[in-house]
Amino acid sequence: MSKSNILTVYRKELTDSLRDRRTLISMVVVPLLIFPVMSIGIGTFVGKMVLKAQAEVPTIMIINGENSPRIVADLKSDKEIQVVPTEPDYKQQIIDKKIRAAVDVPSDFDASLDHENNVGVSIYDYDGDLKSGIAAEKIEKHFDALQIATVKKRLVSRNLPPALVEPFSVKRQNVAPPEKVTGAAIGGFLPYFIIILCLVGAQYPAIDLTAGEKERGTIETILTSPVPRTEIVLGKFLMVLTAALCTGVLAIISMSTSFHIAKVVLSSSPEVGKALNFTIGLKAVAAVFIMVVPIAVLFSAGLLAIALMAKSYKEAQSYIAPLTILVVLPAVAGLLPGVEFNARMALVPILSTSLVCKEIVAGTYHWNYIAIIFGSTCVYAAAALFVAVSLFKREDVLFRT
Amino acid sequence: MIEAENLCKVFQDKKRGTVRAVDGVSFVCKPGEIYGLLGANGAGKTTTLRMLSTILEPTDGTARVAGFDIMKDAQKVRANIGFLSTATALYGRLSAYEMVQYFGRLHGLDEATVDQRIDALFARLEMNEFRDRRCDKLSTGMKQKTSIARTLIHNPQVMIFDEPTLGLDVMAARTIVQFIRECRDQGKTVIFSTHVMSEVEKLCDHIGIIHGGRLLAEGTLADLRQRSGLHDLEDIFVQAVEPHMAKETVA
Repeated sequence: MSKSNILTVYRKELTDSLRDRRTLISMVVVPLLIFPVMSIGIGTFVGKMVLKAQAEVPTIMIINGENSPRIVADLKSDKEIQVVPTEPDYKQQIIDKKIRAAVDVPSDFDASLDHENNVGVSIYDYDGDLKSGIAAEKIEKHFDALQIATVKKRLVSRNLPPALVEPFSVKRQNVAPPEKVTGAAIGGFLPYFIIILCLVGAQYPAIDLTAGEKERGTIETILTSPVPRTEIVLGKFLMVLTAALCTGVLAIISMSTSFHIAKVVLSSSPEVGKALNFTIGLKAVAAVFIMVVPIAVLFSAGLLAIALMAKSYKEAQSYIAPLTILVVLPAVAGLLPGVEFNARMALVPILSTSLVCKEIVAGTYHWNYIAIIFGSTCVYAAAALFVAVSLFKREDVLFRT
Repeated sequence: MIEAENLCKVFQDKKRGTVRAVDGVSFVCKPGEIYGLLGANGAGKTTTLRMLSTILEPTDGTARVAGFDIMKDAQKVRANIGFLSTATALYGRLSAYEMVQYFGRLHGLDEATVDQRIDALFARLEMNEFRDRRCDKLSTGMKQKTSIARTLIHNPQVMIFDEPTLGLDVMAARTIVQFIRECRDQGKTVIFSTHVMSEVEKLCDHIGIIHGGRLLAEGTLADLRQRSGLHDLEDIFVQAVEPHMAKETVA
């Protein structure tokens, strides 16, 4: 095998691809833009929406409560909520989002409180609606405060210490550094995006260099050269791999830059600032990248093999679209809480890499699993490359009509 | 020199079943001669030439091209041929210069030789005006010249042309025809497929009439005229092909 021939083909494919707008968009523009758009753009938008919802004084209705003026007056004086006159269709008004919530206070609420009887309060809200949820939380908070105050009052009246009803207090103390807390929570997104973007970056060159060449008639031109087909396909494969890895590297750079900028831009909100108070170490980034390399090889060879079967750009795209779902599903599964390793899972490509990278980002290195996953993915990648090379030697594949 | 011996190519087609695209084709094409493979669409011309250029592998039979067996020394065969057809397109995003340079490198030429040959070829084909223009921005004539330069960069002994003038305008077709003549004059072995009778009459020293994958008649134009008793090449072609077409219709 001649390295020089492979490099000649690779250099040409690289030059050719860098002049292709579609390849450039998927290889450079998408990974550079996706993270700023997601972290700063969407982050700011969602953050503002939540803050706006929290700042709103929700309108609520009080159902019943006719004989309990104390609690009604108490609720009306709460500046966190705005009580509006009660109407019989309060449930429909919540659905129509005319009011945010309603609270059903039994008529004898005040009397029950005085006689120390248990009494039930119902809150009506619209599940899934952010503003309605916040309104319900505010009502709950009001009654929680009232409950504590009532208990205290009763204890005092009986000359009993508060510890009677609260014999001990429990406080959870976090020992993990803040970067690991957030890293474990959102660090799973790093490998997920890198894996998906590697696929996106490899897609267009893989199609362009195979089905695209068939469509444009250049495949026959290259086949008349004295370079063996194995060397031609390896040169093409290296180009697709370059695109996949380049997309991955740019994604990492873009992601870290975006988080850095997001920290600065969003630090005015203490809660958001706290959430972003983490860093993914260089060691973790390097380890994730190394784990992603065999995945990139697998994608590049697999996409080349699939696109080779097609006779046109469009046909190749229709073959590759379902593959994207096959990649996204295991990558997403790696993000789900509670999905953890076992030996069998370590052999499932993509999912295993996604899981192990999530752990790496959180600072945990399971070396035995890392070795199994890296090794098994390398085997799958080699098999995919073998298939791609074999297909490139088949006349019925190259000259499919 | 090209020596084809009983070349056969069988394809499996989903609709038509087993197809014998080329069926026992044998001929010899000598250096300094143009051999014209004349046939209608689907006669087996392209498949024959693809086998000679080792793009396709024969199901049976073999051929020696420039002294190398197409089955055993495919790489050496390709190193000694220049293959040009309407299907051998150019890389649109490369310039004319880069296109020819790429093929020079693929043929194992060193950079200095590639540059030297490109300079000579571009001057001869009057290509310097558009040498740095991308191939997808070239006119048809410019593209043809670039393709010619691509096939000549390694100075091959054997030239294979598969319907090279198909779809070209008069001026572009003339460039190709002139180029084929020049190849013969330089002592190269030239094989040329077409269904245009006038091109065959103008260019070819030997003619092979191919139909249904079989070589039905072969010889110089004078030989064919003498054997058929006809003067016009089209009449000779029809006389050779018609009985086989009738059989196919009955079948």
